[in-house]
Amino acid sequence: MNKAYRFIKARDNVMRGIFLFCAVFSVMALGCICVFLFAEGLPFIGKVGPANFFGTTWHLDSAAYGILSMIVASLYVTALSTAIGVTAGLFTAISLYKFCPPKAVPPIRQMINLLAGIPSVIFGLFGLIIIVPFLRDVISPNGMGYGILAASLVLSVMILPTIVSVSLDALNAVPKNYFEGAIALGATKEQSVFKVMLPAAKSGVLAAVVLSIGRAIGETMAVIMVIGNSPVMPTSLFQSVRTMTANIALGATELSGDAATALVATGVVLFFFTLLLNLSISLLRGGGGRERKGA
Amino acid sequence: MSEKAHKKEIMKFAAWKTVSRAALILSLAALAAVIIFVLIRGIPYVNAHLLFGEYSTRNPSIKPALIGTLYLILISVSIAAPIGIGSAIFLTEYTKSKSRLVRIIRVAVETLAGIPSIVYGIFGYLVFVVALGFGYSMIGGGITLAVMILPVIVRSTEESLLAVPLSLREGSFALGSSKFKTIFSVILPCAASGIVTSLILAIGRVISESAVLILTIGMVVDRIPDGFASPGTSLALDVYYFGSHGYPEQAAATGVVLLVLVVSINILATVLGKVFGKGELANG
Repeated sequence: MNKAYRFIKARDNVMRGIFLFCAVFSVMALGCICVFLFAEGLPFIGKVGPANFFGTTWHLDSAAYGILSMIVASLYVTALSTAIGVTAGLFTAISLYKFCPPKAVPPIRQMINLLAGIPSVIFGLFGLIIIVPFLRDVISPNGMGYGILAASLVLSVMILPTIVSVSLDALNAVPKNYFEGAIALGATKEQSVFKVMLPAAKSGVLAAVVLSIGRAIGETMAVIMVIGNSPVMPTSLFQSVRTMTANIALGATELSGDAATALVATGVVLFFFTLLLNLSISLLRGGGGRERKGA
Repeated sequence: MSEKAHKKEIMKFAAWKTVSRAALILSLAALAAVIIFVLIRGIPYVNAHLLFGEYSTRNPSIKPALIGTLYLILISVSIAAPIGIGSAIFLTEYTKSKSRLVRIIRVAVETLAGIPSIVYGIFGYLVFVVALGFGYSMIGGGITLAVMILPVIVRSTEESLLAVPLSLREGSFALGSSKFKTIFSVILPCAASGIVTSLILAIGRVISESAVLILTIGMVVDRIPDGFASPGTSLALDVYYFGSHGYPEQAAATGVVLLVLVVSINILATVLGKVFGKGELANG
């Protein structure tokens, strides 16, 4: 075996090691995130007691760290924004799929992809300067613009591009001969789309829903700017409340000691919700990896 | 089915079609409204002082934010790019897609992609501000952002590597090239456009991000950061700060700057992807 060959062989092995390290980095990063969060947050929940932590009162001066009202607010906002966003987004995707001049579809898609990249803080700003005053002056029964409705409207617009793209991809992935078969059996174009193609794309549409739930529950900046941020139990759509994400971001630069640790513990609860959602996404996708094209 | 019921059925679905067309128009209008209103409110207040002037409480500027954003892009991309490209190479060139290690890595990447940015923020806070004792710093925020954009880079680089035809690899090996040579002289140049596009998109994510930064770089809006260890602010953070601390005009104007920046970066990525994509087709 000559020297040059041995060098090449060694170089290949070293590179493989380096690439392996890069790939394992993600696993290590995820591990670190879990360890740091749980090691800091879980003992805190144990220390103040679950009854306190999952209680309804958040009052730092009397060491009451109850985040139940924030969990409830987060769930309300997520449910409402997903309901609005999915309804609008799914119908938009259907319309782009068959009920739209074919020439108009690529530019519209491109525009929607572009909009998917807009920073969440811009949506928050839009909510702050347009939606909140509008709700306050026109719709609200109690003169309050901030609240769950404002946050849900902002978020539903924010998650629209994701829902449209993913559901449209799901519809496009349904074999074309399903559609042709339905037409051949005498169905109208509309019947074929709604009764054949849409049910066939069900799992992809469901993935879009789960994805947007994840974005909505984890969104911070767009929510914090329009929801009012009072740590009280939500009873109305027009009432200043606080979500888990807002609780973390608000206290971040001000609190210290136990109060700061309470924010970490709030993060643990949020992280737990996200892991659940991730799990359901991988179940929906059947855990399949990317396949090599043309092989 | 009677003819009447049949007609009714057809009418029902025709109505659904109208509903979906209305949804399309509504969605596009809502998204357009976001951009148009921010532009209308903000453009009148974009001026030289806001962009490059000295910061004062009565007359704030976004100069510290512009410099802070540059710091963050520099730190996060220079960390995440090599690691992300390296792991994509490992996943596509060195492994079979069914092995257990690959499955674990993929699950980790997918999970990282799904974690809310505020949770990354807490992580960065615990590691850099508390455990390592950096306090609020650009370097802490940058590294946290690097972990956050890693999945974006891994996934899109993987896709562009998978798009390189198998025959090119086989040809290279058949000519006696080593794996090293094949990867660096054949595969990476072929996938370069896709990788560059993915890096540009990652930069877009860094510019857009704010929830991570509020916990790691401290939102110090009035001082220009004087090094990697210094606290600071970013454009997106400034939009939030101005919006919630009684500077609505400046918030809208900063929003315009941010919007223009992000949209032009995304357009650049799309155009690059298209230009290179065509070139590759012609060669292949």
